Parts: sequence; C-alpha cells; structure tokens
Amino acid sequence: MEPSRDDFIIAIRSAFLKKGTKQRFSLFFLLLFSVSLIALGKFNFTPINYLKYGINEVIYRTSFITSLPERYVGYSLKAIEEHINIYKDYSSLEEELKKLKTEKYQAKFLKSENNRLKKILEDVIYSSDVLFAKVIIDKQSPFLRSIIINKGSKNSLKKGMAVLSDNYLIGKIVEVNYMTSRVLLLSDLNSRIPVSIEPGSIQSILSGDGKNSGIIQYTKDSTVINADSIIYTSGTGGLLKPGIPIGKIYISENKNLTNFFIDFTQLRYVEVLFYTEEENK
Amino acid sequence: MSEFTKGSIISNFIRLAPLMLLFLSVFNEIDLNYLEIFSLNFPFILIFYWSLRKTELLSYGFIFLAGLVNDVVTGFPIGISSFNYLLICGFAAYLRTITLRPSMVKDWFFFLFTILVVNSLSYSVLNIFFSIDLNYKNLFFNIFFTFIFYIIFANLFLIYQNKFLKESND
Repeated sequence: MEPSRDDFIIAIRSAFLKKGTKQRFSLFFLLLFSVSLIALGKFNFTPINYLKYGINEVIYRTSFITSLPERYVGYSLKAIEEHINIYKDYSSLEEELKKLKTEKYQAKFLKSENNRLKKILEDVIYSSDVLFAKVIIDKQSPFLRSIIINKGSKNSLKKGMAVLSDNYLIGKIVEVNYMTSRVLLLSDLNSRIPVSIEPGSIQSILSGDGKNSGIIQYTKDSTVINADSIIYTSGTGGLLKPGIPIGKIYISENKNLTNFFIDFTQLRYVEVLFYTEEENK
Repeated sequence: MSEFTKGSIISNFIRLAPLMLLFLSVFNEIDLNYLEIFSLNFPFILIFYWSLRKTELLSYGFIFLAGLVNDVVTGFPIGISSFNYLLICGFAAYLRTITLRPSMVKDWFFFLFTILVVNSLSYSVLNIFFSIDLNYKNLFFNIFFTFIFYIIFANLFLIYQNKFLKESND
C-alpha cells in the first residue's frame, strides 16, 4: 500500500510543482495566483477592481472585433429568414397597425387624464431621457445571460439603470466600466425585477429561467393570474421607472411564465433609461 | 533564404494553432449555444488534449490569460476560469506522469472525471461565495456534450498532430 501512495504523491508533485518544458511558471504558482484573484475579487479589493476595469475595456473591444464574422453570419441568416416571411407577415401586420392606431389615441387620452389626476393627488410625475448604446458583445453563455454595451461611466451610466429595446424592458446595468457596461438580461437566473401584473395590479417578482423566459415568483397561492396578462415594472424600491412593459404571461405546467416582448438574441442597439421623479406641486 | 523564412512562418503557425484556437474560442465564446439544450465547453477539450499530448504548445501562462479573457467575456468573477483551466492542466499532467501506454479511451474517461471535479469545484465557489444561481440542467448537458465531443475533437487533433507536428519536429 505504502509504495502506491508514494507514487501518487510523486506524480502529484511532478504535475503541479515541476516546471514543464518551455513553461515559465509552475502550475502551482498560477493556481495560487488564480485563487488569490478570486478571493480579492470577492472582497472588492480596489486594485483588483481597477485591474478588472482595464482588462474589461481591452477584452470587450477585442472580443467585438473577433466575433464580427460570427455576428455577420447570424444577422445574414436572420435577414434571409425575415425576407422569406415578409409576405406572410404583411397582412397580419397591417391588421395590427389599424388596431394600434386606435389604441394610440386612447393611450394619449389616458396619459393626459393620468397626469391630471396625479396633479390632483399631488403624486410624483416621472420624467425620463434615454441614451442609445450599441451592443458590442451578446454571447449567450449557457449559464449567464448578459450583453455588453458601448457606453459606461463616461456617459454617466450607473449600476441598476434600466435598459430598454423598442421601449420594452430587457434588463438592468450590473457592471460599469469607463467606456463599456454589462447588462444583465431579464432571462438570467440571477435577475430579479419587481413587477406589476395587469389586469389586477398583482405585485410580484420576475426572475429569469436561464433560457428565454421569465418566472413569476412570490405570489400567494390564492392569486389567480390569467394567461395573456401583461407584466410591467412596478417601480418598487425606486430603482426602475414604473410602467415599463416587459412581457406577457403564459401558463405551463401550472407555472406562470413570461414571454418577453423582445427576442434577446437579436439585440443590436438598446436604450439606457435615465429617469427622475418630479415633485408635483 | 526566402524559402527558409516562409517555412519557419508556416512551422510557427502550425505550432501556434492550438493557442490561437484557444484564444479565438474564449474571445468568441465558441460554445455553440444555438440549440435549446446543446452547449459545449470547447476550451476544456482543447486544454486537456494539448496539455496531455504536447504540453509545450500551450504554455500555462497563456492558459491563465485565456481564463481571464473568458471570465471577462462571460461575466464570471475574475480568476474562476483561469483556475478551472489550470486545474485541467494539472489533471492532464498527472495522467501524463502515471501513464506508460497512452490510450485514447482511458484519456476520454479520465477527462470525464476531470470535468466533473472541475465543474463541481467552480460551481460550488460561484454558488457559495458569489451567490450566483446556476441552471443545473444546463450544467449537466454542458458536461455531457463536452464529454461526448471530446473523443471527436481528440481524434481531429490527433490527425493534425500526426500530419503537421511530427513533420515540424523532424
């Protein structure tokens, strides 16, 4: 028994401590260095954060360039698919447009009525502004769903800001570098957004399922949520502006899931929302 | 003279190809995640194979750097991928030390053991220390497909090694 244990120790020592041919560093030293990076990153050690910001800026730009051919192929395939379906989509879109035009006037009326009523109630009114940003990396890892945009602290972006595409919420900013930022998409397992479900004004939390849908969480068992209900941001906590549309409910295996209005795999340009609460006096 | 220069450029390119492929895969995240359940950790396959068969082609320093790049691109805490990649190198080096007669099938099953250990470790760290939730179904399929595809890529790398690297060594 003893010799085999010795062999094992010798083999381990040889594998991890001995510098191989043409190797500048031993494996053990680099492993130790990685562990220190992880530990210092965990405790938000300032020099590590600066190192991270620097590496991020360089790598995001390089990754954007190296992934150009793949992106081009993806966009071309999408364009071909859209071209094939153009005639099929046309008539249904025309019908939808007529309906939307009518609803637009109704919405205008409701908006002005809402503002008038808020003034009477002395409630806050939200004023917002958007900043357009280009998506430079949209790699959909099987574990994390996020994108990188080409705007950062230089453009006054801050952690927690809402990110929209075509006026629909797609995620929030979780990391800000000088010229780039990372947006955590709503479909990520770690995303948690306070939402309001209409009709019924049901307050809940929307989390991602790690794929392309969302899950409605923390509602009472007695709460009935109908399929096709619309989900909006509730604004609870003051991080996100209330009333931003997110998606539609569908029910599968007795779970309330969300179909997002936006296809997260096709994001090219996004809008970062700056909003302020104005006192209504 | 020009013949020599041209020859050395090609020879260098052949020797650097695995390293270039590694950096291309981490920069570009070649995970082939276009299908619902299919995902593949290509850098694991590449690092394990070349660390086992021709360790001098992939320097540990560059593997460490590739890990940092992967962390930044995927959004994981910095150092996690470097740790995974280097651990794979360690397992490969251990296998190389204890193996007298190399066999592709034995390597294949040792690779399964390696990725199970490495993934378990890294996802425990992500979950416990960084509170990052993971989809275990995705993780299972990722490990499964990485294991299945190892044998295919290993054979392709072997063909490349026999065809180009033996000649460049001579």
